[in-house]
Amino acid sequence: ESCPSIKNILLLDSEGNRVAVKYYSDEWPNNSVKEAFEKSLFTKTQKTNARTEDYVFNEVGGRVIPWIEPGRVSNEDLNTTEIAMFESHIIVYKFVQDLHFFVTGAENENELILVTVLQGFFDAVGLLLRGTVDKKEALENLDLILLCLDEIVDGGIILETDANVIAGKVASHSIDAAAPLSEQTISQALATAREHLARSLLK
Amino acid sequence: MVYVIIKELSPSADEVIIVTSSLMKDMTSKTDMYRANAIRVLCQITDGTLLTQIERYLKQAIVDKNPVVASAALVSGIHLLQTNPEIVKRWSNEVQEAVQSRAALVQFHALALLHQIRQNDRLAVNKLVSSLTRGSVRSPLAQCLLIRYTSQVIRESASNTQTGDRPFYDFLEGCLRHKAEMVIFEAARAITELNGVTSRELTPAITVLQLFLSSTKPVLRFAAIRTLNKVAMTHPIAVTNCNIDMESLISDQNRSIATLAITTLLKTGNESSVDRLMKQITTFMSDIADEFKIVVIEAIRSLCLKFPLKHRSLMNFLSNILREEGGFEYKKAIVDSIVILIRDIPEAKESGLLHLCEFIEDCEFTYLSTQILHFLGIEGPKTSDPSKYIRYIYNRVHLENATVRAGAVSTLAKFGALVDSLKPRIFVLLRRCLFDTDDEVRDRATLYLNTLGADGAVEDMKEFLFGSLDIPLVNLERSLKNYEPSEESFDINSVPKEVKIQPLAEKKAPGKKPTGLGGPPPGPPSTIDAYEKLLSSIPEFANFGKLFKSSAPVELTEAETEYAVNVVKHIFDGHVVFQYNCTNTIPEQLLENVTVIVDASDAEEFAEVASKPLRSLPYDSPGQTFVAFEKPEGVPAVGKFSNMLRFIVKEVDPSTGEADDDGVEDEYQLEELEVVAADYMLKVGVSNFRNAWESMGPDCERVDEYDLGPRENLAEAVNAVINLLGMQPCEGTEVVPSNSRSHTCLLSGLYIGNVKVLVRLQFGIDGPKDVAMKLAVRSEDEAVSDAIHEIVASG
Repeated sequence: ESCPSIKNILLLDSEGNRVAVKYYSDEWPNNSVKEAFEKSLFTKTQKTNARTEDYVFNEVGGRVIPWIEPGRVSNEDLNTTEIAMFESHIIVYKFVQDLHFFVTGAENENELILVTVLQGFFDAVGLLLRGTVDKKEALENLDLILLCLDEIVDGGIILETDANVIAGKVASHSIDAAAPLSEQTISQALATAREHLARSLLK
Repeated sequence: MVYVIIKELSPSADEVIIVTSSLMKDMTSKTDMYRANAIRVLCQITDGTLLTQIERYLKQAIVDKNPVVASAALVSGIHLLQTNPEIVKRWSNEVQEAVQSRAALVQFHALALLHQIRQNDRLAVNKLVSSLTRGSVRSPLAQCLLIRYTSQVIRESASNTQTGDRPFYDFLEGCLRHKAEMVIFEAARAITELNGVTSRELTPAITVLQLFLSSTKPVLRFAAIRTLNKVAMTHPIAVTNCNIDMESLISDQNRSIATLAITTLLKTGNESSVDRLMKQITTFMSDIADEFKIVVIEAIRSLCLKFPLKHRSLMNFLSNILREEGGFEYKKAIVDSIVILIRDIPEAKESGLLHLCEFIEDCEFTYLSTQILHFLGIEGPKTSDPSKYIRYIYNRVHLENATVRAGAVSTLAKFGALVDSLKPRIFVLLRRCLFDTDDEVRDRATLYLNTLGADGAVEDMKEFLFGSLDIPLVNLERSLKNYEPSEESFDINSVPKEVKIQPLAEKKAPGKKPTGLGGPPPGPPSTIDAYEKLLSSIPEFANFGKLFKSSAPVELTEAETEYAVNVVKHIFDGHVVFQYNCTNTIPEQLLENVTVIVDASDAEEFAEVASKPLRSLPYDSPGQTFVAFEKPEGVPAVGKFSNMLRFIVKEVDPSTGEADDDGVEDEYQLEELEVVAADYMLKVGVSNFRNAWESMGPDCERVDEYDLGPRENLAEAVNAVINLLGMQPCEGTEVVPSNSRSHTCLLSGLYIGNVKVLVRLQFGIDGPKDVAMKLAVRSEDEAVSDAIHEIVASG
């Protein structure tokens, strides 16, 4: 198959336990195999230096909104993206706070394509969690993260790599969930994100 | 969110109805997100019938203005292509339109889908690629796809173009200057993976990769070094420019990158840089994990074989790291490398053996110690001064565990047996071993002392003691198990020497299921050495002489019959042996005493001399039975043989696997088999036919003309003659260009009796379909030339 395909995307915590994962390949037929893979992958990459300090913030309309210029990935970010070969797969990964992001591809896959997927996922999560990217926030907004995973890759084929578009799609999904008063600030922020999305689509 | 859940749950067909109706409503809703997601979900849970209903919507969705909807439909199409290809193929017009879309990712998805739909049609792919390379491709992902398809097109058209630039090479080179690094890298990789790529074509790609090597981003460095590693295997010279950059990568933080750098340098290094490289590697080895170390060891091994003069420094390096800490696999790899070096580089033998001796002084792995001791036993006596090693070996007898002690005793005995001057001293040592605490050690010592101490018949003793056991262990085990203690002692000669050939299992490809094993019996591995070994292990056939040729297996039964039989014809000088490979495909039957009754009334020159029945043929386990015929020596006799399979069939209870005690005799008719003249001809090619023809000389040349009568076309006539003669076409002359009126074909072969034969055939089409042929034969023996003409005349 010459279409670039992703085998799995993993989001693990600082001990290697799952936060959110999605597998797109039959190589890991049952849950115990998957967990074993995650554990050994985590131990192997733990010692490396793939850590980013924080996200890039921008001021928009008086509010500080996490915003990432489409297509431009900061050099900082790319410098901390690490890569490894593991069990005849290629894994690219990034760490922030206590979360670990992994994307796996086949041995002969173009590594840079994997990096764009990783970067898209990473930045989209950053947008959705409004900058506080740690395990607690991720678990509280697990639905957003799962939607995010769904919008990036469909059955192994890359759907979208632009973080803003991904976040926008996720936002318009969850906008219909009944929004109690306490969450209004979130919906405001997401509404702004949608605005940006609409603008970028019309470009 | 609901959509995600539905996809995860994937309800079965009956439950799905409820969901699908609401999903179908969603597909036409105004909100784009709903449409997109509904499409994706539906396509994942649907089956063929439902698909036809929603096809209309899907086709509309593909050309929808909203890129999210279009992408969703296209990606679903790609997935559906696996299960319902015919339906998806009907959408190719819409997909074609989508390829022209302005939205970047829609173009990417459309391109992927279109390629998959059309991938079997080479011409269509070619057109697609040419139109897009000239047009504009908007997203880097789509560009990468295009590069991959372009390389595919280049690969498929490679056979035709011999000269000049490949098509689309300029496009690939242009991509090297693209904005996105993804595209640059994909293009560089594609260029390096072209078939038979030249250094000139490689240069721009390698320049780009070299730039990546010094990037600050680990991913780029990794990608570049991995590609260069692959290139270095086939074009090491092209990569030497990057040596300096790669050397700086050895200290890279990412261990994978560092290991790849080392292994690449080991392939591209030249003799002068070897010493410097070794120094750098020594510091590096302590940092990396065992699995990386093994990779480096193997690279060092190939380097040493490439530069045998450097063996001293490399051997020192290997023995140094052998002394350090390490796991079993790692040390085993090092020991294996040293052993290979000793075997292949004679000058390294002495130092290598000494290094190994020092290693076993404190080796913690019994397996390795015994291996090394055994190896010492083989190689030590051949060296100039074997007594050097005795001290090391004898120390093992005192200091190690029982297994190693026993191995050491055997090695000492070997030295004693093969080196006469040492014999008395070895005896002294062996006598001391008689007092060992372990019985195996004492037994061995006693055995060697008695057999080697006795005068005379030393040669037989040596063979007995140190020769290899010809009998496969599996058979020995089985015979021993079957042997019941009785008056007669166990006769080792009764152990069958032939291994029951197991069906060759398919190698499991990653992620795929192994394919089944049904069908005709595969027969033993079809190399002439394997056949020779097999036939010479059967005593009845052992004196037939050298095997001249074995034919390919010929089926004697149709597919799907109860017993599948194919035959291999083995041709010797004065005999012919038919090997029948039989498979029983009925689980409830066990066949015994299987033989083939051959009726040779149509083959007067053949006389049956021996037949070897197959004792037992259970379900699904192929076996062989043989029938041998005598024929006049040196004469290429031909004939027809009709075959009947005869056996005793016993019913087997499939649940227990036990067979009844009494069986019924039965017969099964097989197809006829023919021995033809082509069986006596070995296909042996020559690289330069003209030279061979000239050097053969016209003395034994025979020329004649034949009318082959009406034929379909020239190619058919040429093939018929080639098959009749059984010779090897040279210089590609078996290929007949279509619509040609004449053709010259050059054949060469080796005839029985080891006579070289060269044949030049000139064909011409006369009139409507009549083919005429002029045959010129040159060989070393005029009788053979006559024989060739005979074959053609009668064929």
